[in-house]
Amino acid sequence: MEMGWRWDFTYEILPQMAIATLNTILAAGVGYAIALIVGLFFLLAQRTPSKIFNWANREIVEFIRSTPLLIQLFFVYFVLPQFGITLSAWVCGMITIGLHFGTYMSEVYRGALEGVSKTQWEACRALNFSTIYTYRRIVLPQAFPIAIPGMGNYLVGIFKDTPLLSTIGVAELFHAATAVGGYNYRYLEPYTLVGIIFLTLSIPAAMWVRKLERDVNIAQGKIKK
Amino acid sequence: MTYFEFLNEHGITLLLGTVTTVKVLVCSMILYVVISMIFGLMRLSKNPAIQGIATVYIEFFRGTSLLVQLFWAYYVLPFFGISLEAFTAGVVALGLNFGAYGAEIVRAGILAVPKGQWEAAYSLNFTPAKRIKRIIIPQIFPIILPPAANLTVELLKATALVALVTVVDLTFEAKQINSITWLSAQCFGTALLIYYIMARFALVPFLRWLEVLAAKKVGREKI
Repeated sequence: MEMGWRWDFTYEILPQMAIATLNTILAAGVGYAIALIVGLFFLLAQRTPSKIFNWANREIVEFIRSTPLLIQLFFVYFVLPQFGITLSAWVCGMITIGLHFGTYMSEVYRGALEGVSKTQWEACRALNFSTIYTYRRIVLPQAFPIAIPGMGNYLVGIFKDTPLLSTIGVAELFHAATAVGGYNYRYLEPYTLVGIIFLTLSIPAAMWVRKLERDVNIAQGKIKK
Repeated sequence: MTYFEFLNEHGITLLLGTVTTVKVLVCSMILYVVISMIFGLMRLSKNPAIQGIATVYIEFFRGTSLLVQLFWAYYVLPFFGISLEAFTAGVVALGLNFGAYGAEIVRAGILAVPKGQWEAAYSLNFTPAKRIKRIIIPQIFPIILPPAANLTVELLKATALVALVTVVDLTFEAKQINSITWLSAQCFGTALLIYYIMARFALVPFLRWLEVLAAKKVGREKI
């Protein structure tokens, strides 16, 4: 076996990797969209009038947050068929990522809502605004900027956790690299390429999130330009 | 097969896997704490070369996926003549990855120490080493421990990934038992429970205790 970096091999596998990258981006995007919505449900379920229900919900969130995503993936992928629900690897992966990061997202939302000063609520009550109107026009516009940095961080986080999907056979970037590597018995180029692709995508994304965070802080007057 | 029969037959195997998971956790925890201290301080250095090295390291390990780093350490390093055992590769990859996140926490912690403390240390003519060691470091612990606790729980979850480079930990055993018995709900369910118990009833209370201890050290009763 030839040692060292082989450029011809790199060029040979590059198209395959590029297509797989699109799959990775798609997986991250869909997983993120699901997580955003699931997070909303978890948030609402924590704020019901029933104390027991709220408590149970918080425990579920705590459970999902403190167990590994990898085993959750296996659980969903292998256990659901036992109950007669056979889903493709893609669907299983998206559900699991959505659930896992949905719990994180609900914490982001909660923090943002609690970040809005209580006096805002009191003022709205004094002005006789309805709850829905208060949320829509007063609270949410103030809570959203607080949530942006957290939401952005988890977008990058989900993107970096998509390689886990390869373990249940989702054909994303890392899966493609493993397949190519196994076929040619050369792992140096595929895995290094995966690393480079991840870097080139996630560093600009992280920088963008940081800029967003700064812009939000400036807009809120927390830091000066 | 009832659940108790399952535990009777495979419980020991899962527990042995848990021991490996704890070993991986402890080793990578030590490694990541040391790395984050070193690189957190380097990140604040006035020397552009030292600061540059730290920045590149942090951006690199935060920018790529842990799984990729793990596979790189295990499958690609042998190309360069460095063959690591699976356990070592796993610990090194985890330590380096979490060290990068930890370094940012340490950096933020050092920056959060009030400026007056630096100035007081200057005016008392402390040497730079003494300034950091005696004045700044003791004060950063109450600041960095809460985010570091979150990171450590993340680390426990991340140790599951070392199963993919053939370290025989809890996840590996669960997968193995699953492929023999096809009792997926039981094996993965039990594994999830063990991880949950480890995090909720061992790791988190321990980290909370450290937080209280650190707060007391600098004379603060509550955090």
